[in-house]
Amino acid sequence: MTFKHLFNKNFGKYLLGRIGQTIMVIIIGITITFIIPRLAPTNPVELKIQQMMVSGANIHPEAIRQFREAMNDIYGLKGTLLEQYVNFWGRLARGDLGPSIFSFPYPATDIIMKSMPWTIGLLLSTSVISWIFGNLLGGLAGYYSNRRWTRWAELLANSIRPIPYYIFAFILLIVFCFVFPLFPTLGAYDRGMDENWMNPAFLLSVLHHTFLPALSLVLTGLGGWLLGMRALVSNIISEDYVQYAEVAGVKKKTILYQYVMRNAMLPQITGLGMSLGGIFSGALITEYVFGIPGMGQLAYRAIVGFDYSLIMGVSIFSIVGVSVAVLIVDLLYPIFDPRVRLN
Amino acid sequence: MINAFKGLWKTSGYFRFGIVALVFALVMVILSFFSPYKPMASYKVPTDLPPSFDYLFGTTSRGQDLFWQMTFALRNSLGFGLITAFLSRILAILVGMYSGYKGGWFDKFLMSINDSFVIMPVLPILLLLNFLLRDQMNWFYMALMMALLGWAWDARLIRSQVLSLKQRVFSETAVFCGMRTRKIIFHEHMPYVLPVLFSTTINNLLWSIGMEVTLSILGLTNLNNPTIGVVIYWANQHQSMISGSWWWVAAPVLVTVFVFTGFYLLSVSINEFIDPRTRLRMKGGAA
Repeated sequence: MTFKHLFNKNFGKYLLGRIGQTIMVIIIGITITFIIPRLAPTNPVELKIQQMMVSGANIHPEAIRQFREAMNDIYGLKGTLLEQYVNFWGRLARGDLGPSIFSFPYPATDIIMKSMPWTIGLLLSTSVISWIFGNLLGGLAGYYSNRRWTRWAELLANSIRPIPYYIFAFILLIVFCFVFPLFPTLGAYDRGMDENWMNPAFLLSVLHHTFLPALSLVLTGLGGWLLGMRALVSNIISEDYVQYAEVAGVKKKTILYQYVMRNAMLPQITGLGMSLGGIFSGALITEYVFGIPGMGQLAYRAIVGFDYSLIMGVSIFSIVGVSVAVLIVDLLYPIFDPRVRLN
Repeated sequence: MINAFKGLWKTSGYFRFGIVALVFALVMVILSFFSPYKPMASYKVPTDLPPSFDYLFGTTSRGQDLFWQMTFALRNSLGFGLITAFLSRILAILVGMYSGYKGGWFDKFLMSINDSFVIMPVLPILLLLNFLLRDQMNWFYMALMMALLGWAWDARLIRSQVLSLKQRVFSETAVFCGMRTRKIIFHEHMPYVLPVLFSTTINNLLWSIGMEVTLSILGLTNLNNPTIGVVIYWANQHQSMISGSWWWVAAPVLVTVFVFTGFYLLSVSINEFIDPRTRLRMKGGAA
């Protein structure tokens, strides 16, 4: 399969449109983070410094000075609103959000970069697994809709679907860590180990520790994909071309996988892009519940420690990260849809 | 209305389950007004007792009866969810219906903003907001914020409904008769949009309660006002999972699962009922 044919005029238009959209999302999101601190009646920077002092933590005076400087740049109330806005973007463009308060002198950006891979890994693997399995099961359930197991699958999917991610995480935690202690409760790997991805024992330990959080994310997502696919497939199988294929004696497997599911997959790809924001929110809390050192854990530590630059960084990086992820999913769309390529 | 209820009750297990969950939630909410304790009053009962007939959901390490605390929690969470759902409905209806009806650049402009809000991760924004403005935040401001962030998806659903309504003959007739846009939208199209509105309201209700729980678990809301999330937060603070009082987490979790699943199934069953194909099948006609 070559990708040369993708680059025609229509695809260019689609690409430009989607990139424009992504930029718009990022601008709106970051502008909101610019506005929020300015809604506060008091100066949030001084307020946070006070809170830090009161919290009694031992904070380096140099940290406070650098913090105040960075914060005054980012939230600086000097100049007109427009000048403030321009300065704000300037800081962001340099990736400089000031030092993290409790990890001084490390910049907040560095700390976020360190925990980002955990979140991306968890999010990526679980959403792909749950999407594939959900669609496969949904396709089968839609095609064989009068079998008894499909009713049960539907019932189960409908019951799991509305349950929020973290509630599911708590259920798994109670069942598999306390009632049947098969899995460890906290952390992403055994405490004594060094973070060395080349070490097979370390990898196993990571898999063992992240199994439950991953499972909770996969299962909660599964129901939605299953139901969506089932509905799409049961619409498609009543179409003429499918019935013609059946009459013509095409194998059932071929009909289901090649004729029906390929068509039904397209809205599901759009759905995957749209749902990433929600999955991300779920993953943050799941990480926190299971003690995985990703962005969720970081956000919690930042909140508890009044670490303003860190929480600001987490918000901004999340907005940018999720928007870019959605863009990538949407750019995969033309590969699956011949109409976008050829039209 | 009563016939529809009877029909649904007879044919749909989802509906029966949903009604049971709804009744349970209502009973809990009503009971909260008769609670023998104040919502967060501590050391009123023995600490760390597992569920029993005296204490249905057990007691906490702070000497609170979890059953009565959950009645308050459910009341507050549901109230919060209802306000959020109501506020965001206003936005979703206005944007969805006007955008769908007017079309053209107006529609394009609104929809590009709309799509940005659909994709945007809401949690990080709420984290920042609650982190900075916690002292100024009350539940109404928070409901307002969530409504401002949570209307987009539903506006899109409503818009697609209006797009198809616009093609129908009665819409054209209304325009040629000189009916005003606002009247067409709210008198002619609204009745068709109501079913969509109903299911989106339930989904939005569940979404906003879920978001509130998320923020509470992280300790970002008013922690002296019990909601489902606040109960879980205090359970975490006292490390109930490690000290073995699992019921402290189990009570809010089970209540949430029951109510969320029930409400969702209720909306699914009513959606199926609204779909004319299902109704035909129920009456024994061809689907």
